[in-house]
Amino acid sequence: MSLWPLIGIAVVVVGFVLRFNPLLVVVAAALATGIAFGLSTGLAPLPAAIKTLETFGKAFNDNRYITLTWMILPVIGLLERAGLQEKARDLVAAIKGATTGRLLILYLLARQVTSAAGLTSLGGHPQMVRPLIAPMAEGAAEARHGPLTQAVRMRVRAMSAATDNIGLFFGEDIFFAIASILLIKGFLEQNGIMVEPLALSVWAIPTALLAFVIHGVRLWRLDAQVARLNEPEPGQ
Amino acid sequence: MIGLPVLYIIGGVFFAAMALLGAFDADNPKRWGNLAFWGLLAVSFLFGDHIGDLANGILVLALAGLAGLSALGPGKPNTTTPEARRESAARLGAKLFIPALVIPLVTLAGTFLFKGWKIGAWVVEALAIDGTPVVDPKQATLVSLILGILCGLVIAVIMIRPRPTVPAQEGRRLLDTVGWAALLPQTLAALGAVFAAAGVGQIIGQFAGASLPSSGPAGALLAVVAYTFGMAIFTIIMGNAFAAFPVMTAGIGLPLIVGTFKGDPVIMAAVGMLSGFCGTLMTPMAANFNIVPAALLDLTDRYGVIKAQIPTALLLLIANTVLMYVFVY
Repeated sequence: MSLWPLIGIAVVVVGFVLRFNPLLVVVAAALATGIAFGLSTGLAPLPAAIKTLETFGKAFNDNRYITLTWMILPVIGLLERAGLQEKARDLVAAIKGATTGRLLILYLLARQVTSAAGLTSLGGHPQMVRPLIAPMAEGAAEARHGPLTQAVRMRVRAMSAATDNIGLFFGEDIFFAIASILLIKGFLEQNGIMVEPLALSVWAIPTALLAFVIHGVRLWRLDAQVARLNEPEPGQ
Repeated sequence: MIGLPVLYIIGGVFFAAMALLGAFDADNPKRWGNLAFWGLLAVSFLFGDHIGDLANGILVLALAGLAGLSALGPGKPNTTTPEARRESAARLGAKLFIPALVIPLVTLAGTFLFKGWKIGAWVVEALAIDGTPVVDPKQATLVSLILGILCGLVIAVIMIRPRPTVPAQEGRRLLDTVGWAALLPQTLAALGAVFAAAGVGQIIGQFAGASLPSSGPAGALLAVVAYTFGMAIFTIIMGNAFAAFPVMTAGIGLPLIVGTFKGDPVIMAAVGMLSGFCGTLMTPMAANFNIVPAALLDLTDRYGVIKAQIPTALLLLIANTVLMYVFVY
């Protein structure tokens, strides 16, 4: 087996480290991998390149549905224009005892529980994090500490996005009809091992609890971090 | 039947509108780049099924070239000032949340309905024309999402009463902030297909399986560590735990943990997949979870979301390893 197809991985790593445009890096990696594979099977360079472009083009075309989700942007943009983010901020700022950490812990729990019930579309970055969760998290911090520094604002937004991801990943596998559970079941069956999806999903529960504890503690400590980082510099 | 072909036409019209609005933005020096990028994407959506694989490949090359040359740049559509937004938020109040919440709710309801699950079955039957369901059950979620977006849009327009072009302009404002990153998830999926065709996974699996001891308690521990960390590392490379799972499980999980050391395949597989998810949190290759939100939230650091996730991901990976070692044997 030729090792040359691994060159695509090298292209990805080097490309990301050197901070080239990721879209360009990904396309370059695909071309490098495909051409290296073609050459290793005895094709001449030009046919190998054409065959790679065909494989890549077909897969790109077949996966267009992924990009359809951006059609949500006109609604979100229109609502932002009418003050959705401001309303989300005010709502949280008005709640006594609301902090960034507590709010995000609550969202983590809600995201995990709804995902575990198969309701994975009740969240996501364009539809929940940008219009609602991140402004709420910022609003809670502002209500306590006044105007935020740029560093704190970025930190709060990044943790809001992270919380959505972690809640989704470590909630959804508890639902037995989710794609990953069906993939596991299918793969094991091909190898002669019969399993029930429910048996698999039960074993997602311990990790889900650990994820809640680990990320929850980090969110809980985020409040202290926000307070510390938002202190004005001495002398200001 | 409403399935992918209909959705792709709607998507094509959407991106064509984004391209044209971008081109009319005379203040934007990069408006021709915007026109070319979103216009090509509209071509892909409208005609991708008819132009052949090679033309599609060349189209992706052109899109990546435009992104690589920094030909795209955000325009400045008219939007409201922060003061106007505060005033509007005070006037409209909590009603503002309704359109945003309608989208996921319609997506959910539609998914259940169009899949024909339980309560949905009779509706699907009632809606069927000559025995063909109106909505392709395989695409129930996507169709429902687009339906939810349309419902949300209609409610928002009735509530806010903007001029007709405003929703499209606001959509362009946000799409511009995301920019080329909007296309990264789809392109990465295509990279995955090329990796699969070239057998990248099998090569890595051979490496991983060949160098492990196959006896003794240390061997059993090493097998678990190699499997969970291998899942995470290969997921970091591929950006997708689904791609890593068959490779690592065939390379290490089944032959060593289940075969040699008699571990439980259910626990191995379930916790193994979740170890892969820890890798998803740490890689720019999982673009729609890590890179796209950074763009969407205007983060100054493209890797800001990944950096926020790394501590949780590493701790959880260790926890998964311990969990598997304690329970699998």
